[in-house]
Amino acid sequence: MTTSPRFRLLPMPLHSLLLFVVWLLLNNTVAPGHLVLAAFLAIAIPLLTSGMHDPQPSIHKPFVTLRYILMVIGDIVVANFEVAVLVIGPAKKLQPAFVAIPLDIEHELPITILASTVSLTPGTVSAEISEDKKWLYVHVLNLTNEEELIALIKHRYERPLREIFKC
Amino acid sequence: MLSTAIVVATTLVCISLILNLWRLFIGPSRPDRILALDTMYINSIALILLFGISSGTTLYFEAALLIAMLGFVSTAAMCKYILRGDLIE
Amino acid sequence: MEFWIELVVSVLLVVGAIFVFIGSLGLAKLPDFYTRLHAPTKATTLGMGCMLIASVILVTYQQGYLSLHELLITLFLLITAPVTAHMLAKTALHHNLEILDKTSDKALSKRARERMNP
Repeated sequence: MTTSPRFRLLPMPLHSLLLFVVWLLLNNTVAPGHLVLAAFLAIAIPLLTSGMHDPQPSIHKPFVTLRYILMVIGDIVVANFEVAVLVIGPAKKLQPAFVAIPLDIEHELPITILASTVSLTPGTVSAEISEDKKWLYVHVLNLTNEEELIALIKHRYERPLREIFKC
Repeated sequence: MLSTAIVVATTLVCISLILNLWRLFIGPSRPDRILALDTMYINSIALILLFGISSGTTLYFEAALLIAMLGFVSTAAMCKYILRGDLIE
Repeated sequence: MEFWIELVVSVLLVVGAIFVFIGSLGLAKLPDFYTRLHAPTKATTLGMGCMLIASVILVTYQQGYLSLHELLITLFLLITAPVTAHMLAKTALHHNLEILDKTSDKALSKRARERMNP
């Protein structure tokens, strides 16, 4: 695998950051000793494991990413209230449905993130993806309007992801 | 007020655990039972957390994290097993 | 203890427990597997999030330093919940599980099982 010379020491910068933060969170401290140990682990583990790294499209727009994460967290809260109301209400009124969503994004990581977001947010669970990775099959708990749902997912979640990963 | 809230929350979580157990018993299919088990893992994390809050220690954090990890791994392994009939291909 | 902190922690704990309970209620009462899948993956995630945030606030107040490690569990559950749901849905599809009759576009589940385009 070829790495750009800029990242010789940090072949996977995002993973390194994640390791650093998770180590500090695990130990629940910012003591200098743990900072050094976290930095050591954050550098050593990616160096050892970068050979197994499956190249994925990188994040081009960090601020859009941050906004996307905050938006998804907000949507999770809203969607949870909706699902809770649907669950408490009578089961006879539910209109479950399978919907196929056409995908414009490519590559595994963006599709995985989209599928996870779809599972967490608007009353849907992603069930399967077609072999050519062009269609995502989702199960909807209470379908009111199919076009609206597809448009919502494509505009609200897929477009920012395309912007983030430039694909 | 906090102690009352803890009692109420613990009661609700225990009722949830019983409901999960009921689903685990009646099935009717294997994915149903796996889903019930997975929900039980998460509810037991909630129970441990409540116990930690009521006893005022943070010692139980590691236990909760371990249950979360083992729960996820075992759910994934069971799904894979009944999907393929094999764990290591 | 400060009244407001106690109030916020109590409310978060009870709301979280209610969400956890709703998740399990859905698991027990909804009619078929796919609808059942929705309740625990969503309601339980938010319920656990509320309870863990309550724990963060309380421990931070009691110990006097910022204690964020409960966020690690929240993050972990947030990442694993959709993965679990996806794997279970996929397993159910390939096991040809019974689908509720009123589900619209039942034929689509067959296409999904064969991973073909609709």
